[in-house]
Amino acid sequence: MTGHWNDFKNADVLLTCGSNNVENHPESARWVRAACDKGAISIVVDPRYTRSAAVADVYCPIRPGTDITFWGGLINYIIQNDKWQKEYVLTYTNASYLVHEDYSFDVETGLFSGWDESKQKYVTTSWGYQEEESVAPNTGTGGAFAYVLKPGTPEFTPPHKEVPRKDMTLTDPNCSFNILKEHYSRYDIETVTKVCGMDAETLEQVYSLYASTGAPEKVGAILYALGQTQHHYGSQNTRAMCLVQLLLGNIGVPGGSVNALRGEPNVQGATDMAMLVYDFPGYMKWPTVASHPTLRAWLEHETYADGYYTNKPKFFISALKEWYGEHATVDNDYGYDWLPKIGSTDFTTMSTFEQMDAGVIKGYFCWGMNPANSTANTKFARQALSKLEWLVAVDWVETETACFWRAPDLDPAEIQTECYYLPAALIYEKMGSISNSGRWIQWRYKALDPVDEAKPDYEICDLLWSEITRLYREEGGPCAEAILNVKWDYHRDGKIDPRAVSMALNGYKWKDGADWDSRELLSTFGDLGADGSTACALWIYSGFWANNDDRWEAASQKVGGRALEDPSGLGLYPGWAYAWPLNRRILYNRASADAEGKPWNPERNVVEWTGSEWVTNDVPDFGFKTTAADGTVTWTPPNNKAFMMLWEQNARLVSYSLKDAPLPEHYEPFESPADNALNKRQNSPMIQFADHPSVKRGDRSEYPIAVTTYSVVEMWQTGSQTRGCPALVEARPEQFIEMSVELAEEKGIQNGDTVRVWNNRGDVKLSAFVTRRIKPLMVNGELCHVVGMIHHWGWAGMYSTADTVNDLAPNVGDPNSYIPEFKAFLVNVEKA
Amino acid sequence: MELSRRGFLQATGLALGTSLAYELSTQSQAFALEGDAPFKLVNTEEYTNICCYCSGGCGSICSVRDGELVNLEGDADHPINRGGLCSKGATMSQLRNIVTEDTREIVYNPNRMTKPMVRRPGTSQWEEISWDDALFEIARHVKDTRDANFIAEENGVTVNRTEAIASLGGSQQNNEEDYLILKSMRSLGVIALDNQARV
Repeated sequence: MTGHWNDFKNADVLLTCGSNNVENHPESARWVRAACDKGAISIVVDPRYTRSAAVADVYCPIRPGTDITFWGGLINYIIQNDKWQKEYVLTYTNASYLVHEDYSFDVETGLFSGWDESKQKYVTTSWGYQEEESVAPNTGTGGAFAYVLKPGTPEFTPPHKEVPRKDMTLTDPNCSFNILKEHYSRYDIETVTKVCGMDAETLEQVYSLYASTGAPEKVGAILYALGQTQHHYGSQNTRAMCLVQLLLGNIGVPGGSVNALRGEPNVQGATDMAMLVYDFPGYMKWPTVASHPTLRAWLEHETYADGYYTNKPKFFISALKEWYGEHATVDNDYGYDWLPKIGSTDFTTMSTFEQMDAGVIKGYFCWGMNPANSTANTKFARQALSKLEWLVAVDWVETETACFWRAPDLDPAEIQTECYYLPAALIYEKMGSISNSGRWIQWRYKALDPVDEAKPDYEICDLLWSEITRLYREEGGPCAEAILNVKWDYHRDGKIDPRAVSMALNGYKWKDGADWDSRELLSTFGDLGADGSTACALWIYSGFWANNDDRWEAASQKVGGRALEDPSGLGLYPGWAYAWPLNRRILYNRASADAEGKPWNPERNVVEWTGSEWVTNDVPDFGFKTTAADGTVTWTPPNNKAFMMLWEQNARLVSYSLKDAPLPEHYEPFESPADNALNKRQNSPMIQFADHPSVKRGDRSEYPIAVTTYSVVEMWQTGSQTRGCPALVEARPEQFIEMSVELAEEKGIQNGDTVRVWNNRGDVKLSAFVTRRIKPLMVNGELCHVVGMIHHWGWAGMYSTADTVNDLAPNVGDPNSYIPEFKAFLVNVEKA
Repeated sequence: MELSRRGFLQATGLALGTSLAYELSTQSQAFALEGDAPFKLVNTEEYTNICCYCSGGCGSICSVRDGELVNLEGDADHPINRGGLCSKGATMSQLRNIVTEDTREIVYNPNRMTKPMVRRPGTSQWEEISWDDALFEIARHVKDTRDANFIAEENGVTVNRTEAIASLGGSQQNNEEDYLILKSMRSLGVIALDNQARV
């Protein structure tokens, strides 16, 4: 998130949609309550009357999968009722930028301009800007690209900046703001209620309350989780929330933000580290054949013309230097050619099962993950796993993935996969750092040794690497140098030590022959170079482990900080742990103050221009001063560059950055109980994998009930850990389907009955939980039943087992994130 | 006088041990103990940790005596959870130790598998395997699979990849572990590297 957990307390209004934080993030939810204790209003929009709804001021129901309609209606309401924060929008967003003359959207086809029917994708040129002029990169002294002339920097041509045309009066119909306004004019209250199923009075109350945060001195927070993202247009859902927050001036302000309440303990760190097909550590791109065949192509394709990412080559080259060490030189492009290049086939999680099924993927490592029970369409995933030659599951317990071969629907005798289980240490049986959803990097101290033969993941990985490299040293192999030239020096006294890796992540000055006891750690990524003089595995973490004087002690590093001082009173806690980047607690904090640098609200002062200098309570997220070689500081007076990670340095209303739309547009879930009432196209034109035979689409005539899946506080994900804790099994002994009294009566089902739930992909039995917390909705004038299902059970584990609910979910996904559509699909229900 | 439990431990000093703890406990509701049982955290070492469930980053304190976990609770100093933990976080000690139903003994959680195992093709049972043998066999599989399915070039571009090996996970590991997994897998040429963030 751009803020952090404690920051919720600073909000005037909190809108939770697609998250049940009281149930699933119970401790951090206290900061929502802290806001309410001070008079804030809390709103929950959800298909179910959840625990979060129970403590909210306003609850508004919604049909699963119709969030863009809800947000689009809010955008329309904000503009029609003149609630938008004008100075913020004009100063910090691209509202005034003129969008390409060819931009259009056609309600009849549901398509934006640029659709290529033969390739089934958009050419996004018409979503970009009209060009005013083209400015050459400045490589002169003091210029953003002066560094490219330094010896050791790989040769590349920095990009020209295409300066967009603007209309600050917002009269041109093609300015970004007017396109936005026109686009959402169809999203009126009546249409929204018809599509989403809530009543108009509740909806207007929600819109009115939240739009009130458009007043400059007010701020609103949006809280979301997988309820927004697990759709085939999940990225567009998040874009819609950004648009709302930008229009109301709520990004960068304490108590604002678009807050992703993430669900795994280190999902933030794993994202930072780019444990993802298309990413490179620190939010850069992994090389592809198409865009980055050479290092030069990578640098030219990925370096921005303006803003902070003019520095991107420094981060990338420093990462290569850490990867290959002395083997990375300017003469061999810092080892770039050794890195694997991604081709045209997709290998994200859902696709990996297609590739196993097709025999392409033959070996599989699962590190603390359980796709045989957790991915969408798990029945297909298990069949795909059975085609593997070998599988390695590294975990604490026997997961359904580790023992997929004894799934109830498979015959072990027919499965030739060789399966290994490697026992991993628990979190308190090892040391290391972990990053929470608010970007705080915190240290976990080892409290005791692992039980029996279990080992930390870092040691398991090290042992494997050592054995693999031994084989390559002894036997050779294709491009063995890509393996043998890897720098793997993270040992101390002969044993792998995660603190050496911490130093590598942090970054240091490169010196041939130096080791972890002598390398000079850097306190900021501002000191990184693109010339091989520095090494840094993850630039955004720079500073978290930079104390050279006590380099092996976590408690002496900023990551180990436990200071509870909070000088601003805003809950920033600058001395507690380390928030990337540079210990910045609120991203884009320039936008917390007006064009002149005065905070919108003096109570929420994080940065302030006094007329001669910036006074700050948080680490500034903008160019606020320059320091000359002799140490002279020159303050940078306020300007409009509040979003320096974009080349425009202004946030985007209309955006060309996603593949499927320049503005979020409503489409129905892949399996939906209703026709699209906003345009004539049922699903997003860029839905992924819909044509794969494994998906087996169901129709509403056969499967009329809309379902959303969710979690309960006592259980977690596939339950591998929590079903192994007797206290939790006692508290939550079985799986259930939550259904309305009306549906139960229609189907002759009593509370507690065993029911059968099925569609074309799966067939499960579980208990009925008949409740008034979930109600049928009127959608397009017809009654629509909605049910909710939890998904924490499987056949493995000794205390509690049951059917796998994710057998039912469709393996279709979003074209940007490739996330599956777990949150809205169709089933039928009967008494078992 | 207000004394937090941790402050109390510091104030009294571990050397004074059980008797003083018991005496103090009789004077204060906050320190009330049952019967003659010694204060359970006496003579323990405390280590802070971060919860293994959602991404709230709640702090916890692990109390260890003689190399064994005797208590796990919320870190009262932690700015996010201020000592609280949800039902899952509060039972994290059970990932390691449980109390038996019949004899009420504390034992290692039998649901946890703590030895390397292998399931041979076509069979329906795990077999124990030593770490050395498991690592040897897995490395052999990795090398054979990579080498037989290595793509060095594609359309004149050096690509150095294998599509035959996939790696999934990262959100359950620490940052340092993720880097090692990433670095080893990518260096082998793995493209199919993904984690829970995708879903």
